[in-house]
Amino acid sequence: MKFTEEHEWLRVEGDVVVVGVTAHAAEQLGDVVFVELPEIDTEVSKDDEVCVIESVKAASDILAPLDGEIVEVNEALVDEPGKVNEDPIGDAWFFKMKASDLSQMDDYMDEAAYNNFIG
Amino acid sequence: MAETGDLNHTPLFDLHAELGAKMVPFAGYSMPVQYPLGVMKEHLHCRAQAGLFDVSHMGQVILRGENYEAVAHAFETLVPMDVADLDQNKQRYGFFTNDDGGIEDDLMFANRGDHLFVVVNAACKEADIARMKAALEPEVTVDEITGRALIALQGPAAEAALARLNPVAEEMVFMDVANLELAGAECWVSRSGYTGEDGFEISVPHDAAEALCRALLEMEEVEPIGLGARDSLRLEAGLCLYGNDIDATTNPIEAGLIWAIQKVRRAGGEREGGFPGAAHILSAMAEGVAHKRVGLLPQGRAPMRAGTPIFATDDGGEPIGTVTSGGFGPTVNGPVAMGYIGSSYAAVGTDLFGEVRGKRMPLKVAKLPLVPANFKR
Repeated sequence: MKFTEEHEWLRVEGDVVVVGVTAHAAEQLGDVVFVELPEIDTEVSKDDEVCVIESVKAASDILAPLDGEIVEVNEALVDEPGKVNEDPIGDAWFFKMKASDLSQMDDYMDEAAYNNFIG
Repeated sequence: MAETGDLNHTPLFDLHAELGAKMVPFAGYSMPVQYPLGVMKEHLHCRAQAGLFDVSHMGQVILRGENYEAVAHAFETLVPMDVADLDQNKQRYGFFTNDDGGIEDDLMFANRGDHLFVVVNAACKEADIARMKAALEPEVTVDEITGRALIALQGPAAEAALARLNPVAEEMVFMDVANLELAGAECWVSRSGYTGEDGFEISVPHDAAEALCRALLEMEEVEPIGLGARDSLRLEAGLCLYGNDIDATTNPIEAGLIWAIQKVRRAGGEREGGFPGAAHILSAMAEGVAHKRVGLLPQGRAPMRAGTPIFATDDGGEPIGTVTSGGFGPTVNGPVAMGYIGSSYAAVGTDLFGEVRGKRMPLKVAKLPLVPANFKR
């Protein structure tokens, strides 16, 4: 698993990359009350704003970590946004994407580096 | 934890730290925004049981003069409220107005027999005190009370909790004030709050504040609640936040605060006008206003926050209003908001649209409060 400085996690599953937010991010956000998911088949570039997470406090964006195409979204989050707080690394993934250049993954931190990053 | 270098601390600062509060700067103070329970659960706990809030950052002021009547008549030159006829040991909501009929701050005031006790917002307290001193001294002395904390105990279980410390609490009804001994300290208690729930606000000497809070927090039904939940509670309750929903440019009639202006100060009343901006406010009362504050229920799941423009249609046209407070309402279990819209759109049930991230989403004008109040009258 890889981690971005924007507190996303990336997990490669077969030919797609699953994207979610870290437990640290979920805690910082507070209670998540709304998730706006991207549309399937959207072409995205790295750092595009693709998702919106609204907590009780504020709205935050999730950025596309890689160039590619959104192939699946986690519809369960629409009805149960609170899953982001309960199980951020497991059930509460946001979207799956087909990366056009998997070597972009190399730019990101491994778990030890991320833990160090969040202190 | 946030930077707390130049910020004031309330007497409960150490207790907040011990309780695991997340502190944020607010009106010059380091204040708890939430505790480990989190905003959502804190909010729901307060609606179901009892929540304890530190509101010591707010200003507490005592006005004294020859007698209560003299102070009340002087205070009526600053507010459009009936102060003189307020019964002893009763409290009332009010606001300072300016010459344009705008609201300088909102406040609570109580007739405490030989003096007037006033509670004002933290961010406005310096200006409020300066305003009162300039207008009222020397006949009336204006003393800021700096040696007392202010806490609020809110929720349906607040009465039972406070009555355990002093059974007289049970005899008080909404807007009563009394001196009660609580946990060994002389406290100034009012049956009021700003959450839409039954409850109490308690002014307690600094050196007794922590012990009183601990005595309350030991009770099973009482949880500490931060400013985050305070904001969502007051929003569901349809209560204005000064600086968001009302400010120096808001005519109180636009704000839907006509109920707070008693008949005696209105046109034809015994003490008509005589407060700053009276002409503007009384004419707004007589002629109506072009836009007014309404409750708003976004129809989807997306919160519509302060600043969200409101439109009459899902496409084109100029905005007809703006959200001034908005977020997620845990009791409503959905997004809630209030804001100002053109009066012709203000009927309850009117379908409108709020523009969020460039998309127009349906919105319904709703009756305020969005969650019914639970006061003990």
